[in-house]
Amino acid sequence: MDVGKLQRQWVDLTSALFREGFLDGQFTQLQQLQDENNPDFVVEVVTLFFDDSERLLNDLCNALNHQLVDFKKVDAFVHQLKGSSASIGAHRLTNVCIPFRGCCEQRNLEGCLRCFQQVKQEYSLLKNKLQGLFGLERQIVAGGGSLPMM
Amino acid sequence: MAGDLDSMATEMEKSRSHFFSPLFHLDMASSCSGSHPNAEGDGGGLHVLAVDDSVVDRRFLEKMLKQSEYKVTTAENGLRALEYLGLLGGAEEGNNCNDSDLKINLIITDYCMPGMTGYELMKKIKEISHLKEIPVVIMSSENIPTRIEKCLEDGAKEFMLKPIRQADVKRLKCHVQSLKHPNHGMLSWKISVDSKSET
Repeated sequence: MDVGKLQRQWVDLTSALFREGFLDGQFTQLQQLQDENNPDFVVEVVTLFFDDSERLLNDLCNALNHQLVDFKKVDAFVHQLKGSSASIGAHRLTNVCIPFRGCCEQRNLEGCLRCFQQVKQEYSLLKNKLQGLFGLERQIVAGGGSLPMM
Repeated sequence: MAGDLDSMATEMEKSRSHFFSPLFHLDMASSCSGSHPNAEGDGGGLHVLAVDDSVVDRRFLEKMLKQSEYKVTTAENGLRALEYLGLLGGAEEGNNCNDSDLKINLIITDYCMPGMTGYELMKKIKEISHLKEIPVVIMSSENIPTRIEKCLEDGAKEFMLKPIRQADVKRLKCHVQSLKHPNHGMLSWKISVDSKSET
């Protein structure tokens, strides 16, 4: 296993994630909190985020499918999603929550449904990319290497 | 390049993390620059109660606080927080619990929470004689000046905009110290609208 090659891939993937706006400086804050005492901190928090987000997406789906949509409730879910996205530095996902809240305020169901699709899409993209990153990390560590300092 | 502009924009937005009250213009940085000689980290073993309904934010906050050597207890809402604080003992003992593990030196709470907002939690705490001296810091992801002003006027030591960063946590030490050294009490901070970066 060429650990050096994996490390280079990791650097490229991480750089791309920041460059394309999937992640922002807040993610770096998360990375900086990882240390020997908590070597899996980033994965731990991101996993919490995945679980929490999927619960919220489920709740959103249910709320938007109601006969009489409760926009305040929908807005509350979006607010939570936006908050936790921002906390882990999920830049694009945080941003798509903003127009979503706007549609809730206007009680615009069509707009909400459109935004919901966008949110699901961004979430999927982010999850795939981060899982790819974590997969690389596992291989690097398994190969005896360490994660490069960004 | 786009990433750089985005992060710059985020930095500028983050620098608006304090609310301005016209009476005092104390420079937080210089007031807190002298570090406590005996504490290894900023926290020096002080105990913080962190209240937030978001599991992600709770974990994040807990780690940042522990990194600064605070002891941390988390609660997921106002009710749980009050229950925990209720364990600190009755009116006579107050917050001068002999069990130092339980004594709380600072409360940091999210504003938007189900059931009871962080503001309401703070008001309740201020009504309890043995708890009202504990400094309270309120956080929110929403930058609403009237909300911020109300929290500060009604007793919050600081209002922080989320997402919280390590630099924000480092500042908390000043609020806890102000209990021990009342003359160093910080009352307000200037909004910095320029893109001065945080250390």
